[in-house]
Amino acid sequence: MKKSVRAITISGNGTNCEIETAFAFKLAGAEVSDIVHISRIVAGDVRLDDYHILALAGGFLDGDDLGAAKAMANRVKFAHITGTGRRLLDEILGFVEAGKLIIGICNGFQLMVKIGLLPALGGTYGTQSVTITNNDSGRFEDRWVRLFIEPDCPSIFTRGIRHLTFPVRHGEGKFVAPPAVLSAIEAKHLVVARYADENYTPTMSYPLNPNGSLSSVAGICDQTGRLMALMPHPEGYLFRSQHPTWTRGNIPEEGMGLMVFKNAVTYVRENLIGGR
Amino acid sequence: MAHRIEVGLLPDIRDAHGEKTARRIREDLKIDVSGVRVLSVFTIDADLTPDELSGIAENLLVDPIIQQAGIDLPLAAADEFDFAVEVGYLPGVTDNVGRTAREGVSLIFPNRLSPGQKVYTSFQYLIRGPIDRSDAERIAMGLLGNPLIQRFVILDRNVFMAANGIAPWVPKVTGSHDRTVSEIDLSVADDELVRISREGVLALSLAEMKAIQEYIGLEAAGPDRDRTGLGSKMTDVELEVIAQTWSEHCKHKIFNALIDYEDENGNTERIESLFSTYIKGATETIRKAKGRQDFCLSVFKDNAGVISFNEDFNLVFKVETHNSPSALDPYGGALTGIVGVNRDPFGTGLGSRLIFNTDVFCFADPGFSGEIPPRLLHPKRVYEGVREGVEHGGNKSGIPTVNGSIVFDDRFLGKPLVYCGTGGIMPKTINGRPSHEKTARVGDLIVMTGGRIGKDGIHGATFSSEELHEGSPATAVQIGDPITQKRMTDMLLVARDRGLYSSITDNGAGGLSSSVGEMARDSGGCVLDLDRAPLKYEGLRPWEILLSEAQERMTLAVPPDRIDEFMDLARRMDVEATVLGEFTETGRFHVRFEGKTVAYLDMDFLHEKNPPMRLFARWRRPIHPEPDFAPPTDLNRELLAMLSRLNVASKESVVRQYDHEVQGTSVIKPLVGTGGIGPSDAAVIRPILDSEAGVVIGHGICPKYSDIDTYHMAANAVDEAVRNAVAVGGNVDYLAGLDNFCWCDPVTSEKTPDGDYKLAQLVRANRGLYDVTTAYGVPLISGKDSMKNDYQIGETKISIPPTILFSVMGKIEDINRAVTMDAKRPGDLVYVLGPTKYELGGSEYLASKGLVGNTVPVVDIDNNLRRYRALSAAIADGLAASVHDLSDAGLGTAAVETALAGDLGIEIDLGAVVRESVDRDDFLLFSESAGRFVVTVTPEKAGSFETIMAGTTFARVGRVTQDKRIVVRGLSGVVVIDLALDDVREAWLRPLMF
Repeated sequence: MKKSVRAITISGNGTNCEIETAFAFKLAGAEVSDIVHISRIVAGDVRLDDYHILALAGGFLDGDDLGAAKAMANRVKFAHITGTGRRLLDEILGFVEAGKLIIGICNGFQLMVKIGLLPALGGTYGTQSVTITNNDSGRFEDRWVRLFIEPDCPSIFTRGIRHLTFPVRHGEGKFVAPPAVLSAIEAKHLVVARYADENYTPTMSYPLNPNGSLSSVAGICDQTGRLMALMPHPEGYLFRSQHPTWTRGNIPEEGMGLMVFKNAVTYVRENLIGGR
Repeated sequence: MAHRIEVGLLPDIRDAHGEKTARRIREDLKIDVSGVRVLSVFTIDADLTPDELSGIAENLLVDPIIQQAGIDLPLAAADEFDFAVEVGYLPGVTDNVGRTAREGVSLIFPNRLSPGQKVYTSFQYLIRGPIDRSDAERIAMGLLGNPLIQRFVILDRNVFMAANGIAPWVPKVTGSHDRTVSEIDLSVADDELVRISREGVLALSLAEMKAIQEYIGLEAAGPDRDRTGLGSKMTDVELEVIAQTWSEHCKHKIFNALIDYEDENGNTERIESLFSTYIKGATETIRKAKGRQDFCLSVFKDNAGVISFNEDFNLVFKVETHNSPSALDPYGGALTGIVGVNRDPFGTGLGSRLIFNTDVFCFADPGFSGEIPPRLLHPKRVYEGVREGVEHGGNKSGIPTVNGSIVFDDRFLGKPLVYCGTGGIMPKTINGRPSHEKTARVGDLIVMTGGRIGKDGIHGATFSSEELHEGSPATAVQIGDPITQKRMTDMLLVARDRGLYSSITDNGAGGLSSSVGEMARDSGGCVLDLDRAPLKYEGLRPWEILLSEAQERMTLAVPPDRIDEFMDLARRMDVEATVLGEFTETGRFHVRFEGKTVAYLDMDFLHEKNPPMRLFARWRRPIHPEPDFAPPTDLNRELLAMLSRLNVASKESVVRQYDHEVQGTSVIKPLVGTGGIGPSDAAVIRPILDSEAGVVIGHGICPKYSDIDTYHMAANAVDEAVRNAVAVGGNVDYLAGLDNFCWCDPVTSEKTPDGDYKLAQLVRANRGLYDVTTAYGVPLISGKDSMKNDYQIGETKISIPPTILFSVMGKIEDINRAVTMDAKRPGDLVYVLGPTKYELGGSEYLASKGLVGNTVPVVDIDNNLRRYRALSAAIADGLAASVHDLSDAGLGTAAVETALAGDLGIEIDLGAVVRESVDRDDFLLFSESAGRFVVTVTPEKAGSFETIMAGTTFARVGRVTQDKRIVVRGLSGVVVIDLALDDVREAWLRPLMF
């Protein structure tokens, strides 16, 4: 058991992509991929510590009622683990400190920026410096997008990947950062993915860029590359039949999203549990 | 004192919400505004310190990167607006955002807020432009809010600035504890009985009131009633329970009525019950014929139907309507519709995990320019409100919306139809018990979970059993809360798997009265302590607690030895659960309040003794003028016009706003093909991610044929649903159906002098349904009827066209064999399967000429079935590159959609199409004969395809081309249509692209 790769996907309060996200880690080779309700973490029944990869999956945390993931960010900052005096945020920061991996997808991305896990410039985790807000279109949309992957970004999850195509399914996906923060993010190559046209050139034109994100940003990471988040859904493209044009032929059996999860599992195997 | 925190975007941040609002003011209301800024306002009903308020603003309410807050100070600057409109909820209306904000405040400052101290939200719209007060009022009521559930403050700039903004307003329900139980004397004359029913919104007929009168007379003479402390009069609690249980909504009295039917030749026939004869009857016949191949597990008895999926899982499906509430408040009505129907499969058997939603809407033209009768809303507003309600309900619940459609007819101005469906999956056995069965046992505790009880939706069941009228109650309007429900369903699935309950059902129409009443039939009685029920606010009388239709609640039967574990799980997962009583075997529906009996009803009387209705139906075949217009000279123009018809035009803008991929199960999405614009005929999902077995979901709906003959309306709806399922690779021998009838009042009365005709329409529709489902072997597993879809105020009466939505759910063995409707490659051959007949009656084409006609499409069941089986075999063998169903506006539009979806051209030779009594190009293009498809086949597979289809009617009629044009050769051999793909795409995409 010592050598098993262990992933945890948190559910509850409106998260709704936990099943396919946990399935993705299984498919990618993780020996353990658990779905754990947030209440069990708050109750202290389950410890994040026991896992290598934490997935903050898509959904509508608290209905996104106060802005996407905002109420959950507040919960992470103020809810205490029963009997410990430690905040949920402290558990997560401990997880980061331990050199482990966190992936945020869609609502998970929104949560990560609002609790300050990304971009965490200068390694200051826990302070929000960018945000994700309403699409310029003013509407929720489900559509597939192309992504250009920045070759110089340190993200572990996108190693060896040059471009991707995934579904976006959000109403609040526009990445916004103050100019100085954005320059710092660019300078440190923390942009992981940009919305792109058919030639995989980053674009600002709708609907290729579905939300009007600054600098076409679709995903970012921290400086270690161990924390990464995307608005598009890698767990939405694990196999051929999920692709919108699979019936037209020429779509490989394995979906592009699987690479993202495999990279994470491989990293854990090679770096966190002492190889195979 | 209460405090206001206003939250707005920083000046340099784009306000997408404001821009969208301004656009809709200009487009929908035609009021010229130059801009709108939107602020979120949080009113906190507690005396907090400035530090506490700024702590709340900073941590919970404001996104520091883009937003700013004004604490007890307005954010609005004098130079940025001309009118301010603030819209907040009226007391008692569900405020989801307020609830979330209150939870957040309590995390930051634990125990700071007392139970009655809440957070209330509103929006402030700062409108810029040359508008006057009446414009501002029109914007407020006509777009931004609904006076039935919201309150408005409208101030011009000067007044606003002079008052230093808008003062805090707390929409708190200020009722006090109310234990009033009134007694109603039923020993009165008939007209008095009628008055009691009408004034109490009980919707009980005189015959029913008399049955109740007789019952209470006998009860009062018996020994039991005295012992309970009740007198010889009936309590309001009892009368309300009976009215709800006997409501049309719950009891389906019309479908169970004794009907004398007279046909057009004067022949009469007696029908004991439409439901038993045609609906249940069809299923019984089909199940018998299927024998060992029968896949039905639970039909008509639970909240939803259950069929077998494979060795390990069962599938569950239910479709509901939420028409009346959606007419009054489209957003809240539709939202409640979708989260409400979610609870049906969730509460079926031991409970299922929800895997798909469907939605079908019937609206009037959103561009309607006539006068809107009182109490009705403009169709565009209904359209947008319903769309958004279902968006929020479905997306926030994490259930993919995989299939649907929108049907337009201006009679839906009187009542929009909002069909919402949900499917679920459950393991075949749970803790060794068959999952599709359940029983509340004697001694089990009655437990309610989820939301609290308020005045929401009181009289929903009886209200929906009436037409929309002047006094339609505003409490029938509710707003659903998908997150409270999601928390509850997350928890109950854990409880299910741990075996913590023996039965479960949802609280929908009729609330606890209905849910507990139904479950108590298992054990043979119950005793319910209403005072234990958690309330949203004080001020509800006992009968209101019992009847409230407040959403997001399930009722469970929990064995006493599991109750501690159940309650502990609920507490840990932050779900409210309350023990309200227990199931008994006394034969009594026994309700107490603070220890005192307030209802004591005989279960048998309650459930079995409502007097059956006796109705008369007389069928007269309507005769419409036959079309006699000359063949149009410009078919290019005709085709473009047909593509722009609302019933044909692309619904992409709506479909994209629904998450159709969450859960990762989608195989055939609602939009397919190269550019993602092809409208697929049906959906395929793969509910178990590591299995290749798929579920097919489709539907048929064609109210337009009701103007000719509802028999054929029903028959075509079934045929269309089956055809759609077959078109994606479904197997006609493994399809289950759901019938949802929406009718106009078919009971003859002063208000409805033609009730006998409408009832005859209902009889005929049932026959059509029976004939086609039994011929195809598609059992009905669940359904619903909504019988009072009329509007009547003053002299204006609008009745909807009788409408059946026929939904199907089936199985596809191997999802890799599924096929889509988009043309795949240039050079592929185009086939039309099935003959095209002179069947223009009720068609889109005749409608475009202002005609109805008479030659309605007749479903040729034998030939269609043979064709469907052959096509299924061809698809399973991988022989069809694309398959598309022909329905609204026939071959012309189906061929165009096939081409558009593949971003390729198509050439069709009408002379090659198999036809019967059609000799005009326009009729060939737009006839709506049932049972037809357009199929494209790659030339190498044409031989095999033709072999497998041998013995069915089909013809090769053209090919897919590289050059992006639609080219049609007419019967004379000359080209009659030649259009660029870009032009047809524009005509088809544009009409509903808002």
